[in-house]
Amino acid sequence: MTAGVRRGEGEPTMPVRPAGGRRVAVVVFPGSNCDRDAMAAVQRAGGEAVPVWHQSEDLAGCGAAILPGGFSYGDYLRAGAMAAHSPVMRAVRRLAVEGGAILGICNGFQMLLEVGLLPGAMLPNRSLRFICREVYVRVERNDGLLLRHLARGQVLRLPIAHKEGNWYAPAEVVQRVEREGGVAFRYCSPAGQVGPEANPNGALANVAGLVNREGNVLGLMPHPERRVHTLLGGEDGLPLIRALVEVA
Amino acid sequence: MGQVEVRVKLKEDVLDPQGEAIRRVLAGLGYGEITRVRVGKLLLLEVDGSESPAVRARVEQAAREVLSNPVIEDFEVRLP
Repeated sequence: MTAGVRRGEGEPTMPVRPAGGRRVAVVVFPGSNCDRDAMAAVQRAGGEAVPVWHQSEDLAGCGAAILPGGFSYGDYLRAGAMAAHSPVMRAVRRLAVEGGAILGICNGFQMLLEVGLLPGAMLPNRSLRFICREVYVRVERNDGLLLRHLARGQVLRLPIAHKEGNWYAPAEVVQRVEREGGVAFRYCSPAGQVGPEANPNGALANVAGLVNREGNVLGLMPHPERRVHTLLGGEDGLPLIRALVEVA
Repeated sequence: MGQVEVRVKLKEDVLDPQGEAIRRVLAGLGYGEITRVRVGKLLLLEVDGSESPAVRARVEQAAREVLSNPVIEDFEVRLP
């Protein structure tokens, strides 16, 4: 990658820094299958991607980390459950407490729920099917470390690929999450309308992504790392990855 | 000690689409009297040591921290 990313005519080009400056750990579990995509996305956003094996006790000094998608430990027991208890998660937890940025994508989001860094749990999709398609999500807030390059109300087109994305939490937890502005993304129509017809998996309140109160831990079911180049169908995922790289 | 059973089941107020799909299939096969199906997990553990409150407490801790997700599941430990 040597030049800026070419966008549509008249749009500004997004600068792409050479690798070497901003280091983002991409945690690799047995069964991860989006780790290479996540690393490529980090590089695309101007960062250096550092693969970190799940047995590692640290994150190689990185100030930001991605928990990538896939089927860690074969989704045994519950999606993300085994990964949540792997050695590297202690380092992830530490980084979260220290204010470092953590982005959990798909299986990585499931892990963040399992370790309790984000609230609730994932149930199997309402349809019981693995869903692999494009969805639209509405950006619910644009503050904090990770969401600041997005606009509130902005609609992103991103792919989903999961069987357990049906976010659930007890009613009082859902109320608290809503009150505290913990919802980062909601499934919506292309025009940004949030409703049951735009909900692919049955997630409560159309939740597609959550962010913690401090704004440094974010999890989402869609795959922003698969939308970082027009050749891949768009760059809707790039602002999120760029924000992560910038705080690393 | 013999086999310790850990039964993990979804909490009552959590929807179980898998159980509901199974119920529908059963109803289609004429088992209309089966009005509800809930799918859970049964884990069979071999545990060192003899039966004691301490062993039970250890297994319950493992069930709470790893084997179940307290947001959506309850568990029950049965010693032999």
